[in-house]
Amino acid sequence: MGANSLYGPLDPAPDAGYVDAPPRMGFFTDTSVCIGCKACEVACKEWNGVPDDGFNLLGHSYDNTGGLSANSWRAVAFIEQPAVVPAGPVDALAEAAAGRSDALAEAGCGGAGTTREPEFLGMPGTDLPGRTPDAPRTDFRWLMMSNVCKHCTHAGCLDVCPTGALFRTEFGTVVVQEDVCNGCGYCIPACPYGVIDQRKDDGRAWKCTLCYDRIGDGLTPACAQACPTQSIQYGELDELRARAAERVEKLKDQGARLYGHDPDDGVGGDGAFFLLLDEPEVYGLPPDPIVATRDLPAMWKRAGLAGLAMAAAVAVSFLGGRR
Amino acid sequence: MKDRPMVPRADFRSYYGRPIVRPAVWHHDIAAYLFTGGLAAGSAMLAAGGDATGRPALRRAGRVTALGALVASTYFLVNDLGRPERFHHMLRVAKPTSPMSMGTWILSGFGAFAGAAAVAEAAPLLPRPLGRLLGPVGTAGQYAAAVTAPALATYTAVLLADTATPSWHAAYPELPFVFAGSALASGAGVGLIAAPPRESAPARRMAVLGAAMELYGAHRVETSKGILSEPYTQGRPGKLLRAGRTLTALGTAGALLGRRSRVVSALSGAALLAASLATRFGIFEGGIASAEDPKYTVVPQRERLAQRQQQHKQG
Ligand code: SF4
Ligand code: SF4
Repeated sequence: MGANSLYGPLDPAPDAGYVDAPPRMGFFTDTSVCIGCKACEVACKEWNGVPDDGFNLLGHSYDNTGGLSANSWRAVAFIEQPAVVPAGPVDALAEAAAGRSDALAEAGCGGAGTTREPEFLGMPGTDLPGRTPDAPRTDFRWLMMSNVCKHCTHAGCLDVCPTGALFRTEFGTVVVQEDVCNGCGYCIPACPYGVIDQRKDDGRAWKCTLCYDRIGDGLTPACAQACPTQSIQYGELDELRARAAERVEKLKDQGARLYGHDPDDGVGGDGAFFLLLDEPEVYGLPPDPIVATRDLPAMWKRAGLAGLAMAAAVAVSFLGGRR
Repeated sequence: MKDRPMVPRADFRSYYGRPIVRPAVWHHDIAAYLFTGGLAAGSAMLAAGGDATGRPALRRAGRVTALGALVASTYFLVNDLGRPERFHHMLRVAKPTSPMSMGTWILSGFGAFAGAAAVAEAAPLLPRPLGRLLGPVGTAGQYAAAVTAPALATYTAVLLADTATPSWHAAYPELPFVFAGSALASGAGVGLIAAPPRESAPARRMAVLGAAMELYGAHRVETSKGILSEPYTQGRPGKLLRAGRTLTALGTAGALLGRRSRVVSALSGAALLAASLATRFGIFEGGIASAEDPKYTVVPQRERLAQRQQQHKQG
């Protein structure tokens, strides 16, 4: 094990023992151009033979997938927001107590930043939206993001897997071997992003493989191949990081930020990283994930100490006092 | 009063309130295993102490309970797998970064030792040459099991803590003490139930020391983790942990005051066993609750980020 094997910047494939590993491959998902078409979700299911995850209507947005799961390895998040971000969360009860019922009403309908009377939106036009120069526009925005397994440099799922079913590929990605996994379930709470999941009727753990069976043949993963806007870009991680740095520079004014690109973050950087337009938690991502294994040496130390205390307690119980 | 949150309500943003980290999919099998694994460890140590100091009742009860609890543990662990018929895949690798892998090997070793010790209890019933042979094997197994027992009792704390489950991970410094104390107390409980008053003094002391460790650890977990202590104090996990604390107190008091009464001793032993069970379920469910609410993922991580920014500005 190298010095950074549990935590810190690292090139994962050589650390896992590959000699002459190919360059690390990954995804850069640029959410600023995502149109929410879900082509990635469909392409992934088709290529990987992933079963449906129920035909649910979740009722909170156009997202009826709800998030990543054993049966959704790409999942498109939809966030409908007031274009003007409110100054702060509205405490409806306190506002109501103070007699400001308009604030209450607004909190109930999604909490726009300002108080407004109902507005006449104009007659339905015949032109494309935005084409007529001063046509009235509604003041909300949609954020869309295609979420996926991050293929972490320090992958919690991989660290804790007791069967060796999860392994590091030569491309630096993280893949489950379905013929080895025995469904112990340990990887599931170990993932700091809540990605990997148990398939109920099957018992085993499933997640994105970064199309291991395609990239080995020089093909592009199914989702990136299907994405019509190049929101999902596949390639060598170094190159993707450079491209992302340029892109975020361009979109700085729109609140763009990168997520998971930094090798110094809590998981040593993600193999699949993102350009976001709002805080990570708004998209259902943890704001500051840390691989639990970072603390493993300290945990074993505490367990050792407790074990010694236990032995001492038994010794005292039997040897101390004569009765 | 009791229902007032201990930490001010935190404002945070999330994706339609959906969880971020995934709660463990483990069933109550695993919570039950936390108890039976600890019971096996505590009983094995009781047996070794009893044998070393000439207390046959403690030895016998300890050995037999250790084996029984071990069999139950194995059942719970295999039954919880998504693919139980593949349980032996655990034995493909020995992986230091996986507490579950380490635990599998600890449990396997302990199982062989404790099994030998328990079978040796049947020596007098067997034909002489075989019985003669079995005695020393059993003794060796018994001491080997006692040496492995602390690892068996505490690795499960690392198992839970080495996850992204917020309240389990935050509790990693004290969780091993909760589990070690709980294992000792349950082992002592077996001694109190099984041994006559003239043999049971060590079990009483073990009960007190175990209870002290468990109560200290649980108190820290429930009070020193900020918002991440909250799941251990509310709802079902809170009830279970409070019940565990009450039962531990009753069991320990009974163990100390009921010296002369077999009935009071046995009741105290039962209370200690029930306390251990309740505590394990409380810790298990507290962690699950912390994973189900995005608040426990977002708020502490935001605080961490803010702190880092602060340091950055100052440094
Ligand atoms: S995101 Fe989760 S499932 Fe994917 S590699 Fe990282 S720890 Fe594993
Ligand atoms: S469920 Fe499968 S992949 Fe996940 S840790 Fe267990 S054996 Fe490994």
